[in-house]
Amino acid sequence: MFKTLIIILLSSVLVDNYVLSRFLGICPFLGVSKKLDQATGMGIAVTAVMLIASAVTWPIQYWVLNPLEMGYMQNIVFILVIAALVQMLELLLKKFSPSLHKGLGVYLPLITTNCAVLGVTIQNIIDDYTFLESMVSALGVGLGFLLAMVLFSGVRSRIDESNIPAPFRGLPVTLIAASFLSLAFMGFGGIVENIFA
Amino acid sequence: MKKGSNLDVLTRGVLKENPALVLILGTCPTLATTKTVDGAFGMGIAAMLVLICSNVFISLLRNIIPDTMRIPCYIVIIAGFVTIVKLLVQAYMPDLYTTLGVYLDLITVNCIILGRAEMFAGKNPVVKSALDGVGMGIGFTIALTMMAVIREVLGNATFAGTPIPFLQNYKISFLSQAPGGLLVYGLLIALVYIVTKGKAPLKKSFSCAGCPNAAHCHTACTEKGDEA
Repeated sequence: MFKTLIIILLSSVLVDNYVLSRFLGICPFLGVSKKLDQATGMGIAVTAVMLIASAVTWPIQYWVLNPLEMGYMQNIVFILVIAALVQMLELLLKKFSPSLHKGLGVYLPLITTNCAVLGVTIQNIIDDYTFLESMVSALGVGLGFLLAMVLFSGVRSRIDESNIPAPFRGLPVTLIAASFLSLAFMGFGGIVENIFA
Repeated sequence: MKKGSNLDVLTRGVLKENPALVLILGTCPTLATTKTVDGAFGMGIAAMLVLICSNVFISLLRNIIPDTMRIPCYIVIIAGFVTIVKLLVQAYMPDLYTTLGVYLDLITVNCIILGRAEMFAGKNPVVKSALDGVGMGIGFTIALTMMAVIREVLGNATFAGTPIPFLQNYKISFLSQAPGGLLVYGLLIALVYIVTKGKAPLKKSFSCAGCPNAAHCHTACTEKGDEA
């Protein structure tokens, strides 16, 4: 039990990193990773939203959609629930914790249609996770996103200072740098299966 | 060719404003589904079907949908068509369904579709929106297939699953894995810049133009992001 959870957590942080090996949430990864503070804020906001979204969508799937035999409505229901949830979270933060809203809330609208959030909720259902397992997997994916954002913001600040040939300036060099970071993460392949061996 | 004519709208998406290589929209599926030619082509066609249907539908409803509620409305319409396409693929092409997996669901949040709804279909008549959908869809499919051909032929020495004999000993296997996707995509965008001599309306950084969230997002776009 505990072992399964550890495996899920480690593999979603390192091996199956959503950004670098499954390419979900590329937009915020490339868009908001220019500065370390922005990258950290975005990463934490995404982690929080993933946890809340998984906590809400899992019961909806198993207690509402499945008994009614409406599994095909999954996509529509999940995206609406996540969008409404994010908007609500922003309003609540604005009202009750203006300082937290200033730090994290500004990133929330950007997450509404983030494919990593929808992706993790749907993947939890596809993988037949229990409630606890899907929460751990959401936490792992969120932390993996945060890790990738923070590492990459360091790379980005170096890129900004270097002299790059014109055709590669901007997006191409960023993608190629991300490719090398992804290559580094590939090195984690196989580590989780063998950790308990 | 007259700007704004039907033919212009149709061809624009294929080359001049290719969604994947020039507008840089739909990055996630571009990177994730181009490991194999089959998967990339299937993804392109599936996205094209959703794009045409949602463009037509949104264009029909453009005078009814209130401006403040447009993004949620668009998302529901798109999610509906994604579900239809997903069920069709599941029924008739089970192999493709397994290959694409969760990415088929994620067409819902593909920026190309929401972006075209926001940038084009919400403001233009039905016929033009349909043509825009066809053009953008073809452009997206071509870009994806092109990337997949590079990655599969060089990385796995196969073409759409058929082995290429003389390349068997020269596989660059990392191209068909995750890092290869980012690398090939970066190189292709640089190539577009060289071919067009920098004249393409290419996004040089990941800006907010075209991002469907831009309207109600005050993070990267307004304050500190774009000028940096």
